[in-house]
Amino acid sequence: MKNVTPNHTPYLEMKGITKRFPGVLALDNIDFSVELGKVIALVGENGAGKSTLMKILSGILTKDQGEILIEGKQVEIDGPLTARNLGISIIYQELMDITNMNIAENIFIGREKRKGLFADKKEMHEQAKELLTRVALDIDPQTKVAKLSTAQRQMIEVAKALSVDAKVIIMDEPTSSLTETETEVLFQIIDRLKKENVAIVFISHRMNEITRISDEVAVMRDGQMVGRLNKDEIDEQRIISMMVGREINDIFAKEEAEISDIALEVKNLNTDFLKDISFHVRKGEVLGFAGLVGAGRSEVMRAVFGIDKKESGEIFIHGKKVEIRNTVDALNHGIGFVPENRKEQGLVLGMSVRSNASLAALNKISKLNFIDKKKEVELADKYIKDFQIRTPSREQLVQNLSGGNQQKVVISKWMATKPDILILDEPTRGVDVGAKKEIHLLMSQLAKQGVAVIMISSELPEVIGMSDRIVVMHEGRIKGEITRDNASQESIMRTALS
Amino acid sequence: MSEKTNGQSILDITRNRVLKSSSFNIFLVLLLMCIAMYIVSEPFRSIDNVLAIARNFSSYATTGVGVSLVIISGGIDLSLGSVFGLAGVISCMGMVNFGLPVFPSILLGLAAGALFGLFNGVLVVKAKLPPFIATLGTLSIARSLCYILTEGYPVTGVDTRFLFLGQGYIAGIPTPIWIMAIVAVIFAIFLNQTVTGRRIYALGGNEEATRISGISVNKIKVLTYTLCSLLAAFAGIITASRLGIGQPTAGQGFEMDAIAAVIIGGASLDGGEGTVTGTILGAAIMGVLRNALVLLSIKSHWQSLIIGFVIIIAVTADQLKKSRGK
Repeated sequence: MKNVTPNHTPYLEMKGITKRFPGVLALDNIDFSVELGKVIALVGENGAGKSTLMKILSGILTKDQGEILIEGKQVEIDGPLTARNLGISIIYQELMDITNMNIAENIFIGREKRKGLFADKKEMHEQAKELLTRVALDIDPQTKVAKLSTAQRQMIEVAKALSVDAKVIIMDEPTSSLTETETEVLFQIIDRLKKENVAIVFISHRMNEITRISDEVAVMRDGQMVGRLNKDEIDEQRIISMMVGREINDIFAKEEAEISDIALEVKNLNTDFLKDISFHVRKGEVLGFAGLVGAGRSEVMRAVFGIDKKESGEIFIHGKKVEIRNTVDALNHGIGFVPENRKEQGLVLGMSVRSNASLAALNKISKLNFIDKKKEVELADKYIKDFQIRTPSREQLVQNLSGGNQQKVVISKWMATKPDILILDEPTRGVDVGAKKEIHLLMSQLAKQGVAVIMISSELPEVIGMSDRIVVMHEGRIKGEITRDNASQESIMRTALS
Repeated sequence: MSEKTNGQSILDITRNRVLKSSSFNIFLVLLLMCIAMYIVSEPFRSIDNVLAIARNFSSYATTGVGVSLVIISGGIDLSLGSVFGLAGVISCMGMVNFGLPVFPSILLGLAAGALFGLFNGVLVVKAKLPPFIATLGTLSIARSLCYILTEGYPVTGVDTRFLFLGQGYIAGIPTPIWIMAIVAVIFAIFLNQTVTGRRIYALGGNEEATRISGISVNKIKVLTYTLCSLLAAFAGIITASRLGIGQPTAGQGFEMDAIAAVIIGGASLDGGEGTVTGTILGAAIMGVLRNALVLLSIKSHWQSLIIGFVIIIAVTADQLKKSRGK
C-alpha cells in the first residue's frame, strides 16, 4: 500500500475532504488523487462514500471541509458548471439524459452552437457525428435518445464528456446495466481515452472489471479512505477484504431447501413483446431468469405482477387459476415484487424508512383503516435489525441512504407482506459485496421457509450460484431451461443465442 | 444506531418534531404578523376583529383542506371555485325552487359537489387527462351551470334556519369557524393516522412505486378529487348561508385563494408534502394579511399584489430551506 506522497504533483488532488449529512458523517477527511492517462478504480461497499466524493468533485454537492487542487493550484468547485469548465465530467449510474431529445441535442445541451440567434443544427450534427465515431457508435445523431439502449446512452454520455475536452471523466458504475459485449466496447473506449491522456475514475462493484482495467485501486469504507493499491498489488481477495474489513470466502450463500408443490405457474403468456411464455416455480425453489439485457425478463414479471397488460395467457397459483389485472390482485395472491429500479419503482424517496417498509403491508398493521403506529414501528425496527439496514433511525428519509441500504428497504417492504412468491428483479445491482451476500442469504432463507423465489439477474455467476433452475430468455421468448447441475456461463449463453 | 432515538426522551423528540416541522415556521410568521398588527393597530386587538378574520378565512381554509389532499397526492384542482359557487346555488334552489327542507337542501348541494369531484377523478384516471386540463374544463362547466340554473340571478328567499350555518354562533364563536376546526381535525387524523392517508402521501411521492406496492392509485386519486370538491361545496354552502342568497358568481377566482393557502402552508405542487395544519395556518396568514391591509387603509387594488408577493416569498423561503438541508 502506498501511503507516501508521490514525488511529483498529481493532476488532481482532493485533500482532507469532509462531508456531513443529517445523521451521517459521509466523508471523513478523505485524500484522493487522479493522474492523467490512468484509470483509477474507486471501490467500497454501498454507503462507503464513493458517490458522495465524486459528487463533490463534480460540483453536485459542496464539501464541508477540505481542498481540491488541480496541477497544484487550489480550485473552488461550486457547481457542475465550474467542474465542467475545469475539465471534470461525470457519467452517472442513473443516466440523466433527456430522452425526448435527439443525440446531438443531448450532447450540446446548455452550450448549443449558435449562428446568430439560432441554434446551428448543422454544426452540432457534424460535431456529434465525429464524437460518436470516437466512442464507436454508428448511429445518426438525429436519433431520439429514448430509442437507444442503456449501453448506447452511456456512450452518448462519454461523447458528451469528450465534447467539453474533459481531462477527468468519472464513471459511476457504468457497467451495471451493460451486457458483457457492451462492457467490452466500453473498456476499449476507456483504453482509447487513456491514450488521449484522459484520467478515468471508475466506480464499480465488479471485481473482474476492476482488476482488468485499473492502474490503481482506491478503497473506501464507512466514509474513510482505507488504502490505495498499485497495479502490481491489485488482487481481488485483497480488495474485498479491505472493503469489508473482513474476509469473505464463498460469495454465494446458497442453501439447500426442500422443493415441493408448484406455487406459481404461467401458461402461454403473450404481450405485444413477449411470445408464448410458460414456466413454473415451486415452493422452496429459487428460479433464475437469465438472458441479455432487453431479453424480456422484466417484462414477464411486470405482466405477471399486473403492472403491464397481458394479451393472453393463464396464471395459476397453488394450482388454482387466478386473474391478475393489477398490482392489487398480485399482492392479494401473495406475490411480492422487488423491481429493477429501486429509486423510480421501488421507493418513495421522500418518505422515511419506516413508511417505506410498511407501505405494502399497511392492511396487515391497521384496524378500520387506522394504522397501528406501534406495530408499524416494530415492523420497521425488525427489518432494520434483521437486514442490518444502515440508517441513523427509522425516521430517516430513504433518499439519504446508500443504494444497498435502499435495496434492503425495498426487500423489507415485501417481506412485510409475507409473500408466498417473491420476484426479485436484479436484486443486487449496484449493491456492495457485503449487502449482496446478505441479500443472497435472505433469498436462501426464504426458500427454506417455503417461499417460491424468482430472481432475474444479469450477472451470470449470480444466476448460476443462486438458482435451482434457470430459465433462459432471448428477444421476448423462453429459449430453454437449465438445471442447477448443468448450469454454466457457456450453457446459458449457448441456450440464449441458439 | 437506533438506540440513539430510543435514548432520547419523549420531550426531546416532541420538541425536535415541532421545531423541525415546516408548520412551525409558518406559525412563527403568523405570530409575527399578529404581534406587528397588535402594536400598530388599535382595532386589530378586538376579539370581534379576530373572529371576523377567522370567519373570513374559514371558507378558503375549509376548501384548502380539500385541495391539500389533491396536491399532496400530486394532482391539482382548479375547478373548486365553480364547485363552491354551484353548491351554494343548488342548496338555495333546493329550498326556494324545490321546496325542500334545510337539511336535504344542504345534502343536495354537497352531492352536486361530490359528483363534480368524482367526475374530475374519472377524467384523470380513466380519460388520463392531466389534472390541470380536466379541472380547467370542469371549472368552466360548473360555472356555466351556475348561470344556466339561475339565469344569472341570485337565488333569494331561503329558509331562515339555513342562515345558522354561515351567520350563527356556537358558544360565542361563529359557526363557520367551528366547521373549519372540525373539518381540520377530521382530515388531519385522516391524513396522519389512516392507511388511505399514508397512501395519499406515497402516491404524491412516487406514483410508480406506490402502484408497484400493490396499491390502487386510481381509487386514491378519485377519492382525493371527490373529497376536495365535497369540501369546496361545503364551504360554498356556508358562504351562501352567510350571504343569505345563492349567488351564481360566488367563488370566482376562489380556487387561487385555496391553492395559495395550501402552498403558503408548505405543500409542494410536486406532491408528497403538505399538512392540514400548514394549510390552516396558510389560510390564516392570508386572512390576517387581508385584514391588516384594510385596517392600514391600503387600497383594495393593492391587496392581490401583496398576496401575490407573499406566495412567492413563502415558496422561495421554503425552497431555500430545502436546498440548504441537502
